[in-house]
Amino acid sequence: MTYDGVPGFVEEGESFGETTVVVERPALAEAARYFRDELGFNFLSDITPTDYLGWGSKGVAGYWGTGAGRDINEPGSWGLHKLPDPRPKRFSISYHLLALGPKARRVRMQVWCEEGEPVPSVIELWPTADWHEREAWDMMGIPIEGHPNLARILMDEDWNGHPLRKDYPLGGEPVRFSDAE
Amino acid sequence: MTVTELREKREKRPTIYNGTRIPAPTPTILEVDPALREEGDILQVNFGPNHPSTHGVLRLVVDLNGERVVGLKAVIGYLHTGFEKNMEAKTYWKAITYAPRIDYVAFQNNELVFVLAIEKLLGIEVPPKATWMRMLLCELNRIQSHLVFLGTAALELGAISMFWYCFRERDAILDLFELVAGFRMHTRYFQAGGLAEDVPTGFYEECHKFCEIMPERLDEYEAILDRQQIWLERTKGIGLLAPGDAIALGQSGPVLRASGVDWDLRRAQPYLAYGDIDFNVPVYRNGDVYDRYKVRMDEMRESVRIVQQCLDGMPEGPWIADDRKVVLPPRHELHTSMESLIHHFKLVTEGFRVPEGEVYVTIESPRGEQGCYLVADGGPKPWRVKFRAPSFVALQATATCMTDALVADLIAIVGSLDSVMGDCDR
Repeated sequence: MTYDGVPGFVEEGESFGETTVVVERPALAEAARYFRDELGFNFLSDITPTDYLGWGSKGVAGYWGTGAGRDINEPGSWGLHKLPDPRPKRFSISYHLLALGPKARRVRMQVWCEEGEPVPSVIELWPTADWHEREAWDMMGIPIEGHPNLARILMDEDWNGHPLRKDYPLGGEPVRFSDAE
Repeated sequence: MTVTELREKREKRPTIYNGTRIPAPTPTILEVDPALREEGDILQVNFGPNHPSTHGVLRLVVDLNGERVVGLKAVIGYLHTGFEKNMEAKTYWKAITYAPRIDYVAFQNNELVFVLAIEKLLGIEVPPKATWMRMLLCELNRIQSHLVFLGTAALELGAISMFWYCFRERDAILDLFELVAGFRMHTRYFQAGGLAEDVPTGFYEECHKFCEIMPERLDEYEAILDRQQIWLERTKGIGLLAPGDAIALGQSGPVLRASGVDWDLRRAQPYLAYGDIDFNVPVYRNGDVYDRYKVRMDEMRESVRIVQQCLDGMPEGPWIADDRKVVLPPRHELHTSMESLIHHFKLVTEGFRVPEGEVYVTIESPRGEQGCYLVADGGPKPWRVKFRAPSFVALQATATCMTDALVADLIAIVGSLDSVMGDCDR
């Protein structure tokens, strides 16, 4: 199957036996409709945003905490084997699609965006996107355009920040009573 | 209502609806009809977050008109513990420990999906004995999970004895897990490359014994419930979900199969060695609470069959791959081999490196499609882990299932979706 006809098609990649189709962010809604109606991907498994801030550089995975605390600049002796390939933008949003039926197949539709760039909602095509998109907003701060109820879902309504971003520290919860006071 | 009326009502079991019932514009919120709100007889009730029948901490904001549910909104997040964030800060080796704690009822399936994702990136070959043992344990875990469902769902509808019976068998399964892994829950028995330890002597015999008693017990359970008037009244024709709506709402597993969609990942996209196993996929057509219960009952029978086939076909040989860059060296070698000692030290302190890439692995957990999206940057810690939680998706169907429900049906419907809040909130 070829994906050249997908609206806003950027590139198609094959790795680990999985197909990734990157589409342009503004054309996402049409691309999604094409995937569902023309290519038969009737089932949306999951929507996953990923933050690539600091990808392949210091202070990220491959570096080690110490006993006294989390010193993320202390490198492990193994470090990174080689620098990973650069990524086009900060965030990727992966839509894991499944053609549920006798000829089952999966594809990953992916868009890239910088911080604050809105991503169109696919809730009209797959109603299951509702909570997945709210989670993408809550955890990663991806503004979803056209979602009827884009509220936080896992964190409190008055929470500050988006916990799964790479610049959000582990244990970033404010401590009410500390030694400093 | 007289007995005759009740009988008539049961005879006219509502068949599944045509078209769609998914509320618009927000698929997960059932809005109160404005005309009804004008009348002013609406009572808003907070059901949960601390209610025994919410299976954890689920809050449902319910609008009631008399006993009828006319509005509904599910509020989740009370059990959010940041597993995915924590896993990014741990080596793969240590992150495996987190996976079973996410869905604490289907723990081994969660462990499996994460380990499979790591193995897919590593490209490591797993010995057949480990594959078959994983399959066996995951099926036992499926029975265990369905028993928890059956016990608690029946308990909530008043059949208290079912709870004791189901937890008796559940305990027998947990004993098997303890025998094989040393832990009753959260076993962490699956290791990247195979199993953490060899299968202990006596496990197969104990497992055989369990397989012999379990089908009889299932017949007994069914005999108790299927002749129980209250159980039938409260489950049949309740919480309807049409096949089209189920697919649109991303439902999977028993909920999808109870709506008449013949879909099982074990058969459609086989993982482990499910391709070599003979089993049936139970499908029911009415899409109500009763059919979801029936699907799970039949699945338990099938799982027993799979466990028996695993026992019969269990291959001999090593239980873990022999790749010293990923797998811990055998304990006895540490006293004699410098090389092994170095490998052991490196693996425990720094973990193993996983090649750069992204994978999405799915398995059929007791609750449905359990997915794991894993991004690796080439270092020893995962860059991003995301679990596609079937419980999270299942709860999105509450608003659709609750259309025309009574307040008492609420409990039956939430129970039938069988979502585990740990899995839902992660």
